[in-house]
Amino acid sequence: MLSYFEDTAVLARKDLRLELRARDTLPAMLLFVLSVLAVFHFALPSGSSRLAAFGLLWVAIIFTALLGLGRAFVAEREQGLLDALVLAPVDRSTIWLAKGIATLAFLLVAELVALPAFALFFTPVSWATIAGVLLADLGICAVGVLLSAMAAAGRARELLLPLLFLPLALPIVIGGVGASVAESSGRYLAFLALYDAIFALLAWASFEYVVTE
Amino acid sequence: MIRAAGLEKRYGFKRVLSGLDFELERGGFLVVTGPNGSGKTTLLRLCVGLAIPTAGTLEVEPDRSRIGYLGHEPLVYRELTVLENLDLYGRLYRVPERRERIGMLLERFGLWEARRERASALSRGQLQRLALCRALLHKPELLILDEPFSALDTDGAELLDRELAGMRERRTLLVSTHDPERISPLASGRLALA
Repeated sequence: MLSYFEDTAVLARKDLRLELRARDTLPAMLLFVLSVLAVFHFALPSGSSRLAAFGLLWVAIIFTALLGLGRAFVAEREQGLLDALVLAPVDRSTIWLAKGIATLAFLLVAELVALPAFALFFTPVSWATIAGVLLADLGICAVGVLLSAMAAAGRARELLLPLLFLPLALPIVIGGVGASVAESSGRYLAFLALYDAIFALLAWASFEYVVTE
Repeated sequence: MIRAAGLEKRYGFKRVLSGLDFELERGGFLVVTGPNGSGKTTLLRLCVGLAIPTAGTLEVEPDRSRIGYLGHEPLVYRELTVLENLDLYGRLYRVPERRERIGMLLERFGLWEARRERASALSRGQLQRLALCRALLHKPELLILDEPFSALDTDGAELLDRELAGMRERRTLLVSTHDPERISPLASGRLALA
């Protein structure tokens, strides 16, 4: 069990180091989320409801996450490195967990900038919204990394990932928007936690079959 | 040890390998030859576990933790340095006395001076040497090399000749090549794919 987390830590540290060197993903996510919020700020008619604003926040979060997920396996795909990871004597789900941790870190940094920007452009953010965003991030990364690995093996990968991910992200949007705007946000947060638990378990168990022939 | 019987591999409708039988005993050295597209790489990927046979049986010992593999790609991260790449694999393979082992391999393969260079800054020949270091890092019992002489200069090729000659006594070797004359004298068997 200890070696499982050691292997995960080694792989996650590698992914974070690669991003620090290449700076391919995080700057793009930050620019994207800020640009989207700025565009929405001018596109949304003045006097629009806070419901509409929160809807747009969740659209921005989902598409920013999609940007990060699309790059999660770029190094492995372009340099054939998935073979090396699959051959290493580690539990293959550690690859999924490590990629998930790295993607989650990038997403959290993007949201650290996006949420204050949203508050500045639109309306203040409640603790329920922050809790919803954190729970949604877990689900996004759990499902998204699995789908990103599947898409990396295909030819039309840029098309495939959104096609696979967006339908599965619908419950996250429903739960997230609900947690942000409903009076009793608890049940939406519970729904997001349940989604995370179910899909994390499914992704963890099925990742091995995705990365092997 | 590798034992194949009636081994077949298809990709869609394309049959790459068909009815292949061979055996490589522990400590043996088998050279795989054949023209482009004859299935050499596919055979090696099957043996290392990166592909699954369509039909037939394939038994490979030991398990993947004791197999070293050199493919067409060097399988190193271009944005990491030579040392960081080997350290990563050393940790994943739980190589004992990792730093000493890495240092010794880098010295042996003439990469010590380039140890702090990113892999993206290395020449193709240096990358191939780094890939060999990676494949040998965990002292594999079975070493599977896919055209290991490609991209190596004369010095690199001579170094690999010496390494293969030295390894012959300690490891089981499965090597594909376009230049069988180079290593056939070392080999215990030859498998020609059509």
